[in-house]
Amino acid sequence: MADTIQFDLVSPTKLVASQAVDMVVVPGGEGDLGVLPGHSLLIGTVRPGVIDIHEGGKVTNSIFVAGGFVEVNPDTCTVLVEEATAVADIDKTAANQRLQDAQKALADAGDAKAKSAAESEVKVAEAMIAAAS
Amino acid sequence: MPSLKDLKIRINSVKSTQKITSAMKMVAAAKLRRAQEGAEAARPYAQRMEGMVAAIGASIGDPTGAPKMLAGTGSDNTHLLVACTADRGLCGGFNGTIVREVRRVARKLKSDGKTVKILCVGKKARDLLRRDFKADIVETFEGIGRRGVEYEQAQSVADKITEMFEAGEFDICTVIFNRFQSAMTQIVTNQQIIPFQPPETDGDKEKTGGPSAIYLYEPEEQEILADLLPRNMAVQLFQALLESSASEHGARMTAMDSATRNAGEMIDNLTLTYNRTRQAFITKELIEIISGAEAV
Repeated sequence: MADTIQFDLVSPTKLVASQAVDMVVVPGGEGDLGVLPGHSLLIGTVRPGVIDIHEGGKVTNSIFVAGGFVEVNPDTCTVLVEEATAVADIDKTAANQRLQDAQKALADAGDAKAKSAAESEVKVAEAMIAAAS
Repeated sequence: MPSLKDLKIRINSVKSTQKITSAMKMVAAAKLRRAQEGAEAARPYAQRMEGMVAAIGASIGDPTGAPKMLAGTGSDNTHLLVACTADRGLCGGFNGTIVREVRRVARKLKSDGKTVKILCVGKKARDLLRRDFKADIVETFEGIGRRGVEYEQAQSVADKITEMFEAGEFDICTVIFNRFQSAMTQIVTNQQIIPFQPPETDGDKEKTGGPSAIYLYEPEEQEILADLLPRNMAVQLFQALLESSASEHGARMTAMDSATRNAGEMIDNLTLTYNRTRQAFITKELIEIISGAEAV
């Protein structure tokens, strides 16, 4: 078995990352998932949060993602997300602005559909601020 | 025989047309590059999403409990055709081929006794299909891809489709669009997005475990599917729109290139006629002068 796992992070507009890594920690829908080489087959949801890429015993890259799906095979880990930003590139004021907009949208939301959309947007913005700080 | 002045006017008019077509060609070429990059960048996401849905679909043994979007409604009486065309013309056979395909499919389905509904993306689809299928067109989306296709736009089309599906307004949804091959060639593609059809495996067999692999699900697979399926549809639609937009610019570029070349040919011919006419006129004048001098 290989001692690295192929990690692909894909957003609708581009392939954000594609590299062989020692371990990735993915914020799964029901708790963080540490994915090591040889992980059993898994499909799960991803909540808004930060993906940490571990190489050589330390975190080499942290990427904020806004929710999506993860598929794990013994030698590949594919994460599909709607939005991805390197933690270092997060603009804190923009994130705060986004949270305010989202909260306003939530307050104004008329039907259930708009409400749930606004709720998830609030969560994304909150996670983004948490990731930046 | 047109006079010299008429010829001159015609040459000038063709020249200005040529200027327009060559400018359009250049604009299309610039847009094509951007659209092509966009379409290519989006491919991995769409492919992997499709693969994931296929993996879940294959591992669900009992299709009766599966969501309808995956397993189908159990009947195939009403078909929804999504026709992806451009908002504007002047792009060769781009819109024509899509419309022809939609007509063909719709006629065939109708002769089999099915009900057909058409959702138009792009003004041209509506304009061209209105004559034959006025009653079947349910909605038209315009202005997509004017400034590059955005995911939100695909999402809004997908939302409409999901809404219709949940209301039970159709059983099978097929997207008809031009898949971008090169600037010269576009392939008309019919892609069924509801119910989900696993992609045909064309030689890329790198998936470990194969379709029968048992996946762990976190949370429950039904929950994942409920979230994943509408998103997958939006993504597949987004991909189709991107491909369609790249194809449109490619087709327009090719069409405008040949239009520019044709205009050049026309100018050459007209200039030749112009010069001949001028020469004949001069010769005629000379003959008149000489014969006048001889008569004296």
